[in-house]
Amino acid sequence: MNRYTKRTFALEVVMIAVAIAFAFPVYVLVNLALRSPSDTSSPISPTVAPTLGNFTQAWQEAGLGGALINSILVTAVSVLIVLAVSSLAAYPLARSTARWSRGTFLLIMLGLVLPFQLASLPLYQTVRDLGLLGSVWSLVLFYAGLQVPFTTFLYVGFLRALPRDFEDAAAIDGCTPLATFRYVVLPMLKPITVTALVLNAVSVWNDFFTPLLYLSGSDQQTMPVAVAGFVGQFVSDWNLIFAALLISIVPVLAVYLALQRSIINGFAGGLKG
Amino acid sequence: MIPALLLFAFVVLVPSARGVFYAFTDWDGLDPNFAVIGLRNFIDMIDDADALSAVWHTLLIAVAVTVIQNGVGLLLALGVNSMIKSRNFLRVLLFAPAVVTPIVTAYLWRNLLGPDGAVNSLLGAVGLGSWRQDWLGDPGLALWMIVLVVVWQFAGYSMVIFLAGLQSVPKEIYEAAAIDGSGPVRRFWSIIRPLLAPAITINLMLSIIGGIKLFDQVYALTGGGPGHATDTISTLIYKDAFTLGEFGYSIALAVVLTVIVAVASAGQYAVLSRNERAAS
Repeated sequence: MNRYTKRTFALEVVMIAVAIAFAFPVYVLVNLALRSPSDTSSPISPTVAPTLGNFTQAWQEAGLGGALINSILVTAVSVLIVLAVSSLAAYPLARSTARWSRGTFLLIMLGLVLPFQLASLPLYQTVRDLGLLGSVWSLVLFYAGLQVPFTTFLYVGFLRALPRDFEDAAAIDGCTPLATFRYVVLPMLKPITVTALVLNAVSVWNDFFTPLLYLSGSDQQTMPVAVAGFVGQFVSDWNLIFAALLISIVPVLAVYLALQRSIINGFAGGLKG
Repeated sequence: MIPALLLFAFVVLVPSARGVFYAFTDWDGLDPNFAVIGLRNFIDMIDDADALSAVWHTLLIAVAVTVIQNGVGLLLALGVNSMIKSRNFLRVLLFAPAVVTPIVTAYLWRNLLGPDGAVNSLLGAVGLGSWRQDWLGDPGLALWMIVLVVVWQFAGYSMVIFLAGLQSVPKEIYEAAAIDGSGPVRRFWSIIRPLLAPAITINLMLSIIGGIKLFDQVYALTGGGPGHATDTISTLIYKDAFTLGEFGYSIALAVVLTVIVAVASAGQYAVLSRNERAAS
């Protein structure tokens, strides 16, 4: 069964056909983004006179440069905060057998079930009263809290499967709990940290609903809202819109291709806890 | 632990609790003077045809996405988990849409599915010109187009989770069964399926909860239209709060959404963990 048979070849052909069907929208995306608006030939026939004009115009008019910086800033800062506070919280939650520990864990896990829509409207009011509407820092604060339950869940699951022997040894040698965490536990958390980093970064980067509420009407945008605003502005100028969509996809795909192994493994295994 | 708890309480716990309270008021989002009106919002919902159809659309999308996305994802995983030469390339390619921003892929599809879009051009090119139509403009079809876009984007996600499960199936058992003369279907059902139980649990949970909360794709593809033909609970929450100023009613809808998510998660967890135990 480890040989390449005729049936394997047939499967190969079928799978490649399926992949072409999956990739078809991307072909059209690139094809139309390269086309000048005056070219009205069929969207599936290859563009004869490709131009980069749409890209320069979209980049300038959609403010994608600023949005890109904001997205990077929001994602980096909020994910760093989430990883730091969640791993620190997970350690006592995974190790302590006290009743408060179990209660606190269940309380945080409640956050996994509560849909963000429930909290988003009252929080919108709080953010408005704090004068943070239109500021990317409101998003950092939001994601830093929103992602705590899921990230803590990942860390607790991982820690519970980790033997305590090293920590016990460190304690006997006179390490304080915090030093034990810093020098003994933290290095062992690396695999789950990569997973948590990938999953959090992708969901923060791609989130649309929250920045739609908090940033609408301001000049501070993240990529998803900048793109949506641009689509609203240039309703039927699809060549231009496609250029903007493609620009917003490129950084994501570049990171994905560079780190594909970690990213796919993160998605595939992260939720086993 | 204190910083995590503070952030969690500030962003999730306290606003959610306040949300539940506002669901029983007529608050408009601005006026500090509002009245507690008991179950009024929930009673109004029963008379609100838009709200009822939004609940129905939400459930329909969640079930359809769950069934189709996992079906396609499993087939892709079985195809990639073979001796074919392109398996690594295909795995990377098929998963790629799952990392791209949903609002962006949805705008792409809005054009593809439009009257002059690539889908219609393709149908014309292969001689199916009579099938051409405004896919998102037809109230009966639009909902299924949303399902199609979600499945296209996330089938690869289901695939990688199934793939991780498949790779945990020991080759020896599988080959032994083949030598003993059991066919591919029998081998799948009796060997792979039970060992795939954890992957099935994760996949079903992710897709059903994602389907229930769906917002971005609906917002970008149809905006809930034509009319209200594709409104989901999430799009209605947004519209009621930010275009109609009915915060209290909107949050009451969010409470309904919360209950649906909780019931779906609990029910699914109970059934699937029983199956997982039975399988192991």
